Amino acid sequence: MTVFNVHVTIENKPGISDPEGDTILNDLVLKGTHKTVSKIKTAKMLKFTIKEKDKKSAQSKIKEICDELRIYNPMVSKVTYTVISE
Amino acid sequence: MKVGVVVFPGSNCDRDMFHVLTDVFHLDAQYYWHEKGLPKNIDAVILPGGFSYGDRLRAGVIAAHSPIIKDVQKMAEKGIPILGVCNGFQILVESGLLPGVLLKNESLNFMCEWTNLIVENNKTPFTNQFKLNEKIPIPIANGEGRYYVDNDTMKKLKKNNQIVFRYSEIVNGSSDRIAGVCNEDGNVVGMMPHPERAVESEINPIDNKPSSLIFESLLTNMGATK
Repeated sequence: MTVFNVHVTIENKPGISDPEGDTILNDLVLKGTHKTVSKIKTAKMLKFTIKEKDKKSAQSKIKEICDELRIYNPMVSKVTYTVISE
Repeated sequence: MKVGVVVFPGSNCDRDMFHVLTDVFHLDAQYYWHEKGLPKNIDAVILPGGFSYGDRLRAGVIAAHSPIIKDVQKMAEKGIPILGVCNGFQILVESGLLPGVLLKNESLNFMCEWTNLIVENNKTPFTNQFKLNEKIPIPIANGEGRYYVDNDTMKKLKKNNQIVFRYSEIVNGSSDRIAGVCNEDGNVVGMMPHPERAVESEINPIDNKPSSLIFESLLTNMGATK
């Protein structure tokens, strides 16, 4: 068994509004000198540390946990899994 | 004596503060919208509580980039008394006028309750009428009120006597039970509790006198020229 770090990023699906991202863009970034930025999306990241036999099973186990425990809301959330180290 | 109350989108204690300044302490208070500047002849500035920009990103960080903050910084350098209450305190730390940061309360709850403060520094323009260690019954109302500084900054705060108020007991997990701090010069003070909600006996079930001394201190500091 090896220790893996798996990053789970949860963000709103395209089409679901993200008022916090819009505020950071419109009222902070675009009010400064950074006019080339066109979009900011906020997301929540959970960093899991898990012992599994390989990278693939680490990712699938975390996915199973997130699905089972409804770590994200499948109706509105898009979720991505990144295995960072082994 | 002219006192400016700065209004940001989402401020919601600005009117309470204005009422206390004008109706209770008979000061010449004016609202100043965050997109505009402050006049040069102002004697004190107050950043009231609320939820500027809906607390998006972090409480106070977007308001800290408002145009008016440049003027607040200039006034701070000139030694003009500046008080930030609750969200106003969060804005002062996010703009670099005060050290530290305000994190989510340890309980993760929005806390709305009466607490007791202990006066730790009675040399600021907002505390000069207190005795050291005097107790102030006062309400808090915040979700991100846990004051945090790293060890090096904590040493500086203690060395420079920048801790202005402590909670008498553990309230939200703040470093060293800190509830309010000042800058090195002592003219910029930030505090999480709400003195404007505690100076009138009608809305203070415990004792409204101690909180009143925060405003009496300001009057004394300015030579009470109303």
